[in-house]
Amino acid sequence: MQALNTVLAYAEEAAHHLETDPGGFVGVMVDWAWLIPVVPLVLMFAIVFFGKRLPLKGWELAEGSMAFVAIYGVALLIANWIEPFTVEHHVEIARIGVLPGLGDLVIEWGWVVDGLSIMMYTVVGVVGFFVFTYAKGYMEGDVRFTFFFASFTLFAGGMLVLVSSANMMQLIVGWELVGVASYLLIGHWWEDHANNAAAIKAFITNKIADVGLFVGVIIAGITVGSFRFTDVLDAVEAGDSALARVGFWVGLAMFVGAMGKSAQMPFHVWLPDAMAGPTPVSSLMHAATMVTAGVYLLGRMFPFYQAEGFGDDVKLWIILIGGFTLFFTGLLALVQDDIKKVLAYSTLSQLGYMTAAMGAGAYTAGLFHLFTHAFFKGLLFLAAGSVIHGVHSNNMSDMGGLRKSMPTTYWTFLIGSLALAGVFPLAGFWSKDEILASVKADAFGLGSAADLVLVLAILGAFVTAFYMARTVYLTFFGEYKGEGHPHESPRVMTYPLIGLAVLSAVAGWVLIPGVSEGFTHWLEARLHNPLDGPLHFESIDWAVAGIGTLMALLGIAAGTRLWYRDAPTQLERDRFRIPVLYPLLEHKYYFDDVYMNGIVKPTAGPIARATNWSNNVIIDGVVNFFGATARFLSRYVYGWADQRGIDLAINAAAAAAGETGSVVRRVQTGKVQQYAGALFVGAILLVIGFLIFG
Amino acid sequence: MIVNQFLVLAALLFSLGIYGVLVRRNAVLVLLSVELMLTAVNINLVAFGSMLQESVLTGQIFALFVITVAAAEVGIGLAIVVLIFRNRSSSNIDELDLMKW
Amino acid sequence: MSWFETGWGLSLTVFLPLVGAFVVMAIPKARERLVKSTALAFALASFGTSVAVTVLFDFGGAEKFQMGTDLTWIPAIGSRFHVGIDGISLPLLVLSTLITVLSIVYSWNHWPEPHNPKAFLVLILLLATGMAGTFVALDLILFFIFFELVLLPMYFMIGIWGDRTMIRPPGFKREVETRLYAAIKFFLFTLFGSAFMLLGFLALYFKADPHTFDMIALAEAGRAGVFAGAFGGWVFAALFLGFAVKVPMWPLHTWLPDAHTAAPTVGSVLLAAILLKLGSYGFIRISLPILPEQAQDWAPVIAILAVVAIIYGSLACLAQTDMKRLIAFSSVGHMGFVMLGIATLTDIGINAAVIGMVAHGVITGLLFFLAGSMQHRYHTREIARLGGNQKLLPILGGILAFTVMASLGLPGLAGFWGEFMALLGSFNPLEGLSLGLFRTAMVIGAIGTVLTAGYLLWMLQRVNLGEPPDEWTGKDLHDADGFELAAWSPLVLAILAIGVFPRIVFGATDDAVVNLVKSAFGG
Repeated sequence: MQALNTVLAYAEEAAHHLETDPGGFVGVMVDWAWLIPVVPLVLMFAIVFFGKRLPLKGWELAEGSMAFVAIYGVALLIANWIEPFTVEHHVEIARIGVLPGLGDLVIEWGWVVDGLSIMMYTVVGVVGFFVFTYAKGYMEGDVRFTFFFASFTLFAGGMLVLVSSANMMQLIVGWELVGVASYLLIGHWWEDHANNAAAIKAFITNKIADVGLFVGVIIAGITVGSFRFTDVLDAVEAGDSALARVGFWVGLAMFVGAMGKSAQMPFHVWLPDAMAGPTPVSSLMHAATMVTAGVYLLGRMFPFYQAEGFGDDVKLWIILIGGFTLFFTGLLALVQDDIKKVLAYSTLSQLGYMTAAMGAGAYTAGLFHLFTHAFFKGLLFLAAGSVIHGVHSNNMSDMGGLRKSMPTTYWTFLIGSLALAGVFPLAGFWSKDEILASVKADAFGLGSAADLVLVLAILGAFVTAFYMARTVYLTFFGEYKGEGHPHESPRVMTYPLIGLAVLSAVAGWVLIPGVSEGFTHWLEARLHNPLDGPLHFESIDWAVAGIGTLMALLGIAAGTRLWYRDAPTQLERDRFRIPVLYPLLEHKYYFDDVYMNGIVKPTAGPIARATNWSNNVIIDGVVNFFGATARFLSRYVYGWADQRGIDLAINAAAAAAGETGSVVRRVQTGKVQQYAGALFVGAILLVIGFLIFG
Repeated sequence: MIVNQFLVLAALLFSLGIYGVLVRRNAVLVLLSVELMLTAVNINLVAFGSMLQESVLTGQIFALFVITVAAAEVGIGLAIVVLIFRNRSSSNIDELDLMKW
Repeated sequence: MSWFETGWGLSLTVFLPLVGAFVVMAIPKARERLVKSTALAFALASFGTSVAVTVLFDFGGAEKFQMGTDLTWIPAIGSRFHVGIDGISLPLLVLSTLITVLSIVYSWNHWPEPHNPKAFLVLILLLATGMAGTFVALDLILFFIFFELVLLPMYFMIGIWGDRTMIRPPGFKREVETRLYAAIKFFLFTLFGSAFMLLGFLALYFKADPHTFDMIALAEAGRAGVFAGAFGGWVFAALFLGFAVKVPMWPLHTWLPDAHTAAPTVGSVLLAAILLKLGSYGFIRISLPILPEQAQDWAPVIAILAVVAIIYGSLACLAQTDMKRLIAFSSVGHMGFVMLGIATLTDIGINAAVIGMVAHGVITGLLFFLAGSMQHRYHTREIARLGGNQKLLPILGGILAFTVMASLGLPGLAGFWGEFMALLGSFNPLEGLSLGLFRTAMVIGAIGTVLTAGYLLWMLQRVNLGEPPDEWTGKDLHDADGFELAAWSPLVLAILAIGVFPRIVFGATDDAVVNLVKSAFGG
């Protein structure tokens, strides 16, 4: 008898995949790195169940988990910088059958500690730490303060599950956890159905894209016989022909998944609506978690997209979709009145940059932009939140002149905006320049597509600077147009702003070609290092950098020209300046209308009703028809055959019995003495009978 | 031993009993008549028992059984009669036709 | 404990509720507390023995039938009292005994009209015997008897304690009470299927040489090709009808929404959690091993019907206005995933089907509990009239949100594995099956998960979120009470546990499934 516990016990670690064994204290740290996703998830439950009884209502647990992740992440980052290492752990969770020729299919929990994942731990931990701190001030007095931090911790925890996963199955787990946490957070104020609608939109849009991820993961996993990234990438390296046959579809399907989370066109529609959530949510969602997941996936699978004959045909799609997204969603930011929506469209545009970089083969540049963007976009959202907190409105038409009343917010927002616009020497300059240089270098040989995207990217730099200038002027310059007296936010909110502002300024310095190349070395430390190939990061391309900077400055200048002088009135001005384009932009290229009227409403309306009708009327009608026919038949069978045929004989017999009975019943008088008399007479007769015949 | 005289006595008693059971209207008297019939049977049993001279005395023992059962029967019968009398203020058997459906 | 392992354990699990039913019948109706405690005690005892069976089960040999008894029963037709469990039936057995206990706990102070707890509990206990018996029977006649045993109690449960609103079904001239229409529909539908099933069983019996109803012997005969050809095709069709009605597969599903909607809460729970599984279990236990060839012929049909059910069920859900009916239709879609898994005829697919069955039992059972409790409080199931439930009843609303998340297949919760593994299996179906068809099915199934998320979240939004309508403000609505929490928390825990650590189910099923597929299809 094999006892139950051996089945339920964790199987031993299936593999301990080491490239370089760090050993010593670092080795212990790496072996315990599974705590990074687990601590937030466990604390999430703790917040749900005990949060309300704690002195700070569960915030301390949430903040503690982020501090833990940040410290752990930074420690790993430093250790990895000094001595690069790559470690993967796998723990078997279940076996589910055999794939012919490939062995058992295993579900595993794994964690990967390499340059890429450490970079993500650090970003999530550090940005998360600042945002959680800020959120304490922002959410003060909220009805569901505790629950908010539980969901928020789940959000970060899910992202950490995603980036720590050593296999695609776990990636899906993290992917969906992030999705559901975003649903909870966007719909945090669920008393208002508009917020719920936004939450559902985000979840469903992501879910549609997830079909792609599911399909991609299934195809890759079944073909290779393992869900581990390393096994899939090993197969790529070995030129596995089975995988190569389905390579294009795997690559495309996974990219569709990435498009959903990273909000690439045409799946971008959920992101601006996600602004319905509290601002700290937007900040974390747009900076460190969720939207970076898609880019991270492309980074993790990069060797697959890089390899000839596997996913390389998808690269063209990636770069084009990235290019279109970065330019066209950037334009949309120009016409927004809601300050958060400006930033949301700006995020879409920046994600387009990252995606385009991945498509262009610029592994380092794409992830570098993810890294720097996390800091300055997190900062911008928090600063915008601080403004909203002071003004009690999201609309820039209610703002203006805030640079006097909210100095800290103003200065930090300005730094964030300049970093986003790519002004030297702030973070955005370095990363955006890397992308432009990589796209120009066109390592994948995409030819005219790369040229097109380069043009779009350079124009995008202009657009970015232009709309950020507009936002800064409308918000902080001119006259105050709102109600009440705006005030600077409390310190618990401004300190994170300052922290992130510092990081936004300096984060770019980790990758200055020729001067400090730390970031490249972080990313190098992984199995199947894509940088081993011909794709080294580009050295600075002065021409491109010059044009990029020029474009940014032009954008700022144009913005200043348009909006600095007569700040109070220029909201109307948007409508006159670009007569043809404006309606298009205002309706967001009609994406939402098409989706709503073309897909959602027909599905939820006529199609669903028709299905239900067919169920109730056609299928049930058939069923009831049979029932009715049976009843109809039964009436005839009963009325004719039964009642008049068979029953006749039966009834005759019964009648005869009844008649007989009514005659004979007279004998029964109920008088005991008559019965006894009969008895006696009977006995006498019997005796006589015996005497005569016996 | 001659049993004729016992048998005649028993036949007379039994006939009396039959007469009483069939004719009397009072339930108590009907019961008494039943007792008479039982007594007649007892006499027969004892008479034949002593005539056959069995070592196990079957006839006599059976007579004892019958007496016991008769006592029990009268006990229950009288109880029923009393109850009927209480319910209907009469013990006239003719009125007791509840057994008729 | 050897007597326990040599078969009495299983018999105890199966027949303790039956004994309980007789004991409860003997208790006077007026002594309600005693009636309830006795019923609960017997259900708990049955659950306890099923747990003991699990503990003593040899997981190293999960592919073999264990703890079996094989006694002469009806020698005239060679039917034997043959019971035993393997890794496939074990999780379902435990699930059925657990759900019985929870149903009784939940019923403690939630009696549907007309009251009469005694009769209600007797019916639950009878159902328990039928459900557990079906999962352990290894003789076709025994299987059939248990399979049919659940029919009558459920008929009475719906017909007596069901919903009394008047409806006029299409094709009817007059209005009828929902409960009567639903009960009769349920009964006739199932009986219709099982008549064919019995025919199939008899055909197998007479074809096998020597005549036998023993599943194991029949499976061997099936492997040897005794049932090959057109004969097997007809038998498979007959069995298919019997099981497909129970699953239910499109288009034989229409009894389900009516029965679920009309049934009292506990009835819906038992119906969704266990009764539906009898059909899919029948496919795995009887159709596939005994008729492997025909299973391969029929697999594309099953796959197509399954995919239709997934999409069709989801779309129908979007149009529902009645909360219970919506959940009922969601079962059609979810069981579609189970059937898709079975249709692949692979280890992965059938593993997916079993975990999908367990997960659906736990999740949808809980959803029906919640819907019942909400109806208990609001006296309506109209989604349009509900709203802001999260605000009015925070605990109940929270559990509802959690369960909805589980139902839409969130990873980390139980529902994910069944769905995802079924899709995984259909990418690579058994050799010889049409790749194109199954891969299309995979993509359509994956799209089905989107629709599933759509209707569930939509329902959640309309029922749980937003401001409560004026109708309910100020009403004295009490949140979940102790009995409700006691009945729900094991299910919540099970959802989490299976989701986080699916080995709880896979650990038992995998060997059995691999063995089944290998012996039946040589895969």
